[in-house]
Amino acid sequence: MAVVTLEKVVKRYGPLDVVHGIDLDIAHGEFVVLVGPSGCGKSTTLRMIAGLEDISDGTIRIGDRVVNDLPPRDRNVSMVFQNYALYPHMNVAENLGFSLKIANRPKDEITQRVAEAAGILGLDDLMDRLPGQLSGGQRQRVAMGRAIVRHPDVFLFDEPLSNLDAKLRTQMRTEIKKLHQKVKTTVIYVTHDQIEAMTLADRMVIMRGGQIEQVGSPMDIFHNPANLFVAQFIGSPPMNLADGVVTDAKTVRLENGMELPLTADMAGRVAAGTAVVMGIRAEEMVFEGHGDAGAQSTRVDITASLSEPLGNESLVFFEFCGREWVCRMFDPRPVEPGESLGVHLNMDRVHLFDKTTEIRL
Amino acid sequence: MMVSHASRKILLKWGRWVGTFVAMSLICIPGLWIVLSSFRPNVEILSKPAVWIPENINLDHYRAIFSSDPGQGAVPVWNYFQNSMIIASTSTLIAIIIGMAGGYAFARYRFRGKNTLFLGFMLSRTVPGIALSLPLFIVYAKLGIIDTEFGMILIYVALNLPFTIWLIDGFFRQVPEELGQAAQIDGCTPWQAFWHVEFPLAKSGVASAAIFAFLTSWNEFALASQLTRSTGSKTLPVGLLDFTSEFTINWGGMCALAVIMIVPALLLTFVVQKHLVAGLTFGGVKG
Ligand SMILES: Nc1ncnc2c1ncn2[C@@H]1O[C@H](COP(=O)(O)OP(=O)(O)OP(=O)(O)O)[C@@H](O)[C@H]1O
Ligand SMILES: [Mg+2]
Repeated sequence: MAVVTLEKVVKRYGPLDVVHGIDLDIAHGEFVVLVGPSGCGKSTTLRMIAGLEDISDGTIRIGDRVVNDLPPRDRNVSMVFQNYALYPHMNVAENLGFSLKIANRPKDEITQRVAEAAGILGLDDLMDRLPGQLSGGQRQRVAMGRAIVRHPDVFLFDEPLSNLDAKLRTQMRTEIKKLHQKVKTTVIYVTHDQIEAMTLADRMVIMRGGQIEQVGSPMDIFHNPANLFVAQFIGSPPMNLADGVVTDAKTVRLENGMELPLTADMAGRVAAGTAVVMGIRAEEMVFEGHGDAGAQSTRVDITASLSEPLGNESLVFFEFCGREWVCRMFDPRPVEPGESLGVHLNMDRVHLFDKTTEIRL
Repeated sequence: MMVSHASRKILLKWGRWVGTFVAMSLICIPGLWIVLSSFRPNVEILSKPAVWIPENINLDHYRAIFSSDPGQGAVPVWNYFQNSMIIASTSTLIAIIIGMAGGYAFARYRFRGKNTLFLGFMLSRTVPGIALSLPLFIVYAKLGIIDTEFGMILIYVALNLPFTIWLIDGFFRQVPEELGQAAQIDGCTPWQAFWHVEFPLAKSGVASAAIFAFLTSWNEFALASQLTRSTGSKTLPVGLLDFTSEFTINWGGMCALAVIMIVPALLLTFVVQKHLVAGLTFGGVKG
């Protein structure tokens, strides 16, 4: 059983704190994705779990062992690096079997376990090649094979797909997910690609500036972002935002003077006079004549500035309250720039964020 | 235009050949002349105008220097050779061991004063060796290690280390840090990770450093001529001086000894060259 626990984990480089005391509990067999913008401390956190970086403060447990002072080799974790880090002077079979050779396992056991891993990842025909003779996707697979051969307690992945082209990335993403379903080992996966995070994760950990902003299932985080940062970071296209103030009349008055009615539920939660940022996702707005935005919807008039046809839908861009907004047009028709359109906002799905604390109200 | 373009290409090709030929001649002809002269009688070596095509090839000079009669031009070749071998290989071995540790440390670890130290190493190489000879002579005389192999090994290690460290550092820098880390996660101690993964990949750098260190020690003359004086410690380059006497120089004997000196150096280079080439192809492999 490999539960991973982080307690108040801090990483300091001299006077500089790059990870500010994070707490995280990861259950056995769980697929957890750390996601956040570049430089937020994802790799650093992962490398502390792996034992490649010292832990400045706090405790990391793998299973029931405190691993703070254990070298990487004693933690029974496997790691897949961004650049794969295959041993260039060893062929695929030797790369796969290296950890077992170092552990002095008997020859037949090595052969058998290497064959098993190669079978899972479809590497059988490549066993005699050197890493330099493999394609990016094949190297990626070898790197994963090297990780699973050891039957580790935890898999660590640091942006394993970022060196691949878009198509291969999608394909390998599926393979990683399948692999996890097959081996059912705890996975901690780092990426800055939110789509990768959404599709792979049982639970997502959103990080920013060395801190955890929110932990939750992809759906939970998508629908209930804890704050403005998470709301903007997750979802594509990003959430549409507008500044405003909540009024006595249970409406939100936007900067352009427009007043939108709040749902009773929302109005009950937010005091009148609060300065807010209103957010709504592109999916929660419906163009007139292109569907139904629900009972709580309210109509606004906009002037389209650009439309991007995607086939089964179009993304329509327009300016609203001094910001660029995007809305999905389902069952699309051609939209000319400058065309006037009516949009229904589903007020039931509107989020209000406190303007100063940026926390969701 | 097409024609002139094509002919220019041909011209360029020939130009390259001729250029290479001239450059190689300039480099090789003195060496070849030495080899040639070692097999020719003195009359032919010294004749004016020069005899370009050897008319008389024999082993007289070799026979003479290996003979036991100093009057015939015998020199203790075997002693010199031994001294040279012991001094050059020991100092190379030590320089490589320390250089590997140092180069690895420079490539992998961050520590205080790293850049200053590195600069210091480089600056130490700007002092011409001959300028060191007098101070070294005095220090060595005080320590009583003048005219010893130990003294020569010491100075050659010191002389070779900066370059060795610098070269090996460069090669370890080319080995991605993640490889060693991956090995440690795969169950290696840092020591095992070094020998199983990082060393094999930087091997060619170590080999080139070894060649350079060996050749420097093998050929060094300025310091050796000051700090050695007996057959117990004189090296081959210093031994060449045995052929000069007050009024004459035994060119033939000197050339023969020079050939004896060149051969092991050439052999070593050929043997190690294989690794150098292997090192070049490693660049094509992405981690
Ligand atoms: N050796 C170091 N010394 C000082 N600061 C460092 C060091 N290594 C990393 N940092 C800093 O720590 C912060 C977190 O780095 P980290 O590599 O964990 O980011 P990341 O979230 O993985 O980003 P990316 O998505 O770009 O990989 C960064 O601001 C970085 O500049
Ligand atoms: Mg990173």
